[in-house]
Amino acid sequence: MAPAPPEGNLLTMSGITKLFPGVRALDGVDLEVQAGEVHCLLGQNGAGKSTLIKVLAGAHQPDDGVITWRGEEVQLKSPIAAMKLGIATIYQELDLVEGLSVAENIFLGHEPTSAGFIVKGGEARAAATALLARLGHPEIPAGRPVGDLSAAHQQIVSMARALSHEVRLIVMDEPSAALDPDEVDNLFRIVDTLTADGVAVIYISHRLEEIRRIGDRVTVIKDGRTVAVGLPAKETPTSDVVALMTGRDVAYVFPDRPAVADAPRGEPVLRTEGLTREGEFEPVDLELRPGEIVGLAGLVGSGRSEILETIFGARKPTGGRVLVDGQELKPGSVRAAVRAGLGLAPEERKAQALLLIESVTRNVSVSSMSRFSRAGWLDSTAERKAARAATQELSLRPDNPDAIIRTLSGGNQQKAVLARWLLRGCRVLLLDEPTRGVDVGARAELYSVIRRLADDGLAVLLVSSEVPEVLGLADRVLVLREGRVVHTSPAQELDEHRVLDLVMEGSPTP
Amino acid sequence: MKQPASEAQQGGPEAAPVADAVPLTKPAGKTPGGSPSRPPLGLRLDFRTLSLLGVLAALIVVGGITKPDQFLDTSNLQLVLTQASIIGVVTVGMTFVITSGGIDLSVGAIVALASVWATTLATQEYGFAGILFTAIIVGLACGLVNGVLIAYGGMAPFIATLAIMASARGLALQITDGNTQVVTLKSVLDLGSRDSYILGVPPLVIIFAAVTVIGWLVLNRTTFGRRTVAVGGNAEATRLAGIDVRRQRLYLYLLSGLCCGIAAFMLIVLSGSGQNTNGNLYELDAIAAAIIGGTLLSGGRGTIVGSVLGVLIFTTITNIFALNNLQSDVQQIAKGAIIVAAVLVQRRTARNGEG
Repeated sequence: MAPAPPEGNLLTMSGITKLFPGVRALDGVDLEVQAGEVHCLLGQNGAGKSTLIKVLAGAHQPDDGVITWRGEEVQLKSPIAAMKLGIATIYQELDLVEGLSVAENIFLGHEPTSAGFIVKGGEARAAATALLARLGHPEIPAGRPVGDLSAAHQQIVSMARALSHEVRLIVMDEPSAALDPDEVDNLFRIVDTLTADGVAVIYISHRLEEIRRIGDRVTVIKDGRTVAVGLPAKETPTSDVVALMTGRDVAYVFPDRPAVADAPRGEPVLRTEGLTREGEFEPVDLELRPGEIVGLAGLVGSGRSEILETIFGARKPTGGRVLVDGQELKPGSVRAAVRAGLGLAPEERKAQALLLIESVTRNVSVSSMSRFSRAGWLDSTAERKAARAATQELSLRPDNPDAIIRTLSGGNQQKAVLARWLLRGCRVLLLDEPTRGVDVGARAELYSVIRRLADDGLAVLLVSSEVPEVLGLADRVLVLREGRVVHTSPAQELDEHRVLDLVMEGSPTP
Repeated sequence: MKQPASEAQQGGPEAAPVADAVPLTKPAGKTPGGSPSRPPLGLRLDFRTLSLLGVLAALIVVGGITKPDQFLDTSNLQLVLTQASIIGVVTVGMTFVITSGGIDLSVGAIVALASVWATTLATQEYGFAGILFTAIIVGLACGLVNGVLIAYGGMAPFIATLAIMASARGLALQITDGNTQVVTLKSVLDLGSRDSYILGVPPLVIIFAAVTVIGWLVLNRTTFGRRTVAVGGNAEATRLAGIDVRRQRLYLYLLSGLCCGIAAFMLIVLSGSGQNTNGNLYELDAIAAAIIGGTLLSGGRGTIVGSVLGVLIFTTITNIFALNNLQSDVQQIAKGAIIVAAVLVQRRTARNGEG
């Protein structure tokens, strides 16, 4: 509750609500931004940040709520409308056209023209070069196709595009995620210049230390609601911010681990020997025994997902091997991995796991169809029955095998993915960000489901960017930094601080 | 296999077990828990099927009113159905391909190539079986090339089948040198004659009906059909579920090629000849029929019944227009309008359900 400054806010969003089928993505979010400030937006994955900035960018229409811009109520009916007001958004997945040149991208949609339609290429290039110079990157050639540039340079182009309009507010969605430390410094310098000119910046990042460094105020959202408005970014204790973000008391209720003593778990079911993918991760040796949950902790880009996908055969290793029960798996073959008893719940559930317009049953049975068929003919009664048994075991809601999977909540969608592998009789579960997009209340239940599966003898390899999740759920933790395992130990011997230290060593500090 | 092991510890406030009482066979359309699940799929499909049937019925009424004597005449109805049969068989194969998220532009050219290859003098020496066998093998071979290029060569279906479309058509011209190859085999010609109608139904129509029934069963009742839908719905998810997506794609283009081979044979029977101009624009008719039938061009949903109704609608329009002496230009315009209208309706349906 920051006292509103006398001159009023640049932007006020109040009671913003956005419904998607089956999900209340935003449930009354409030946000106030003043000119010239860096306003940090914090919240876990799935809290609604992305939806909120899409509303602000005019890409989504809110179902309810009021947006006030410089004292006047406005409706952002389209991205163009938002741009005209001076709101620019730099998305996390860069939205550049790879085949067009840097200058063409920057001026896409508002090219300098003569006679209204003939593009003045030279003028555009000159203006682009000037903008890039202002951003501290005069070396980026304005005529180069954007697809040839590095991720960091693409980000600069994205920013130049935002600045090519008359901007008053720039929204940056995790701008530092793809950047090296030097480049982050440069980014901050740019942000400083912008705010000195009176431009407001909404800055989204998971790295709290960045927020301390450049943020002025912080708004925290959780489960589609604002839980704190306008906290001072530099003074609010981390523990307060984290507690607001996570609602830790609710979210992180972890099931008990089995006592260490009664864990004679037998031979490892999964082993990797020097598994490598050049450019993504360095040789990894790990062992997974039945009943054990092993966690991989690390930042986005540290190679966690890549390791999981390589074990699963979705990526082909450049070195090393994967063994299940001592038998080497055919490298780069998902089918071999599945046949050997591996199952993956991937990070991008919708893109990589779900048949969105299909029923729960069909999503669950897709990996086990041969079990319900004779000579190719499906016994759909048996299929439904078995799929339902698997989903009921995981208490999937609604208990309706015909429900279309898209209409389910994130947690229940994830349960359907787990049920798929249970039905298949899988013995090693690879979980990549299992609680992404799962609301806080449903997480605890998912945790207990995962633990129960392990107790039943499954081996689980868990990747999560939320450190408490790894620490709370896993028996053993491998800490990754930049594609390298930097630490291995039982989870009890680690705490969040220690892991964050290990993970972030080498990341920018003031 | 994991079995219950219900340690009751996940209990939660919402005392679960009650739901177990729901009988397995009845999905209980309205889940009491107020679940967000929409009406069962069947209803929506039925609505679409019903509207297609409505359009067809309306067309029959129009035909009956404008040309009461000619349109409803038995021989005219037999003609309409026979014409629908050939493109219909091609459309069944096309429906599978589109359902998987692909496209096959080469169907018309494959029909042409198969029909001329099967009617060369050399082939005709082998009699009825030689013609049938050749037509089917040529269709399968073209499908194999398509499938290998797309599934294992990583080519876009549009490009690969466009290339085969050009080459197959060229090869057909090379074989015939532009001449019509007349079939002299009585056994083949007899199949198209009025004497071989079974209870008034032409054998070609029976072939079409059989292909439709088999196609429906395969799409809806087999693992093959399920995989087809899954690949079209989300190929990456299907791959990560442990299904061989590439092999499935190969099979699908083989299937389309097979349907083209059957259609080529039917065309030979009907016309008593093989020509390199056969099957002209079949690709467009088949795609259009599948799309207005309700198969999603983006893949993930396909309906054989819809496709067949789409074919019947198109054929009926053509027939009515011809009976009323309207030129083919008007027919083409009407077809275009129908495609646009059907796709607009489909888009609305899709948007309503978007996540």
